[in-house]
Amino acid sequence: MSDPLFEFLCRMGDNTLVLGHRVSEWCGTAPVLEEDIALANTALDLIGQTTLWLNLAGEVEGRGRDADALAFRRDVWDFRNLFLVEQPNGDFGQTMMRQFLFDSWHRLYLTGLTESSDARISAIAEKSLKEVSYHLDRATDTVIGLGDGTEESHARMQAALDRLWPFVGEMFAGDAVDAALARQGTAPDPAKLRSGFDEQVGKVLAEATLVRPDSDFAHKGGKTGTRHSEHLGHMLAQMQWLQRAYPDATW
Amino acid sequence: MVVEKPLTETVWAWLDAVPDPEIPVISLVDLGIIRDVSWQDDTLEVTVTPTYSGCPATRIINLDIETALRDQGIEKLRLKTQLSPAWTTDWLTARGRERLESYGIAPPQPAGGPAHCPQCKSGNVERISQYGSTPCKAQWRCCDCLEPFDYFKCI
Ligand SMILES: [Zn+2]
Repeated sequence: MSDPLFEFLCRMGDNTLVLGHRVSEWCGTAPVLEEDIALANTALDLIGQTTLWLNLAGEVEGRGRDADALAFRRDVWDFRNLFLVEQPNGDFGQTMMRQFLFDSWHRLYLTGLTESSDARISAIAEKSLKEVSYHLDRATDTVIGLGDGTEESHARMQAALDRLWPFVGEMFAGDAVDAALARQGTAPDPAKLRSGFDEQVGKVLAEATLVRPDSDFAHKGGKTGTRHSEHLGHMLAQMQWLQRAYPDATW
Repeated sequence: MVVEKPLTETVWAWLDAVPDPEIPVISLVDLGIIRDVSWQDDTLEVTVTPTYSGCPATRIINLDIETALRDQGIEKLRLKTQLSPAWTTDWLTARGRERLESYGIAPPQPAGGPAHCPQCKSGNVERISQYGSTPCKAQWRCCDCLEPFDYFKCI
């Protein structure tokens, strides 16, 4: 196992990087102008957070890599993001359901990280938490509005939930990295956040008239880097081509 | 030639003349992002906190601070970024809030929405979107004069 702290920082930064890039794919094509702007702003916050996490990862690693080097010069098997965030956007409803599920976990995890024994981590968490709470407010409103909306919007939101639910479990599955960080007081044990997540998400789904899937089967491997879905490679090919084709380009 | 180190009060006054690049009616000091000005031996250290982690104006702000202070003859300058405590709209100055309103941007309110329309002062307003043209703003509209307006998000 490589340094747990470096692994953890890559996980944080890769989640926000991959989701930020995914959300930015909506720029210019969202259903209405206001949603387009909202999605672009959400992506911007996530990319800003990525810079903070990955710069710290590079600093901890001590091999002279900064956020750009880590974002644009690593291959797909070096990414440590959750399966959930690399899933394709689908329709607007699926994008917002993914956002809602991720934000719900992200807010709880960041809240725990504000108590981190590492002051660099608690500072990034404190900053990110404000932005993420705002994301969650909007995602919650949208899930309720579309879930408890028309017959069409309801059916699409239920389909999105059914499709994405198998990616929820990974957010709470701890491994040796999580255990090492929890022992040091650096990061919370993700498993302990599950009940809070279930309670909060359950309330929103009820209000949205959506039914939580019966099975809690979970796809795993994204955050440990064991495997990723085929979608991530395609996304990175688009995201990294310039820095790969013209290394160290400036303009 | 011996150059005296300017007082930190003087430096604060210089920074108060640097406009926010996106909302030029308020200064960087009004925005509450200058957290400290101090001398470390013969180096002037200015501590700045970002508004939003991905705000594209952050780099321009740092460049504007550097330009303004160099123009005043400061040669040894260090800009320090501080994340914690995280920036809050509570740090906007009273003067900054007044300037925002007269510019047509409703200042942040703890209740989470504008107190009234910055144009006609009607309290009959509704939200169009939680987001706006910059990370710090949301879009609202007045149901009386029918004008849309920006609201400075409260965080
Ligand atoms: Zn009005």
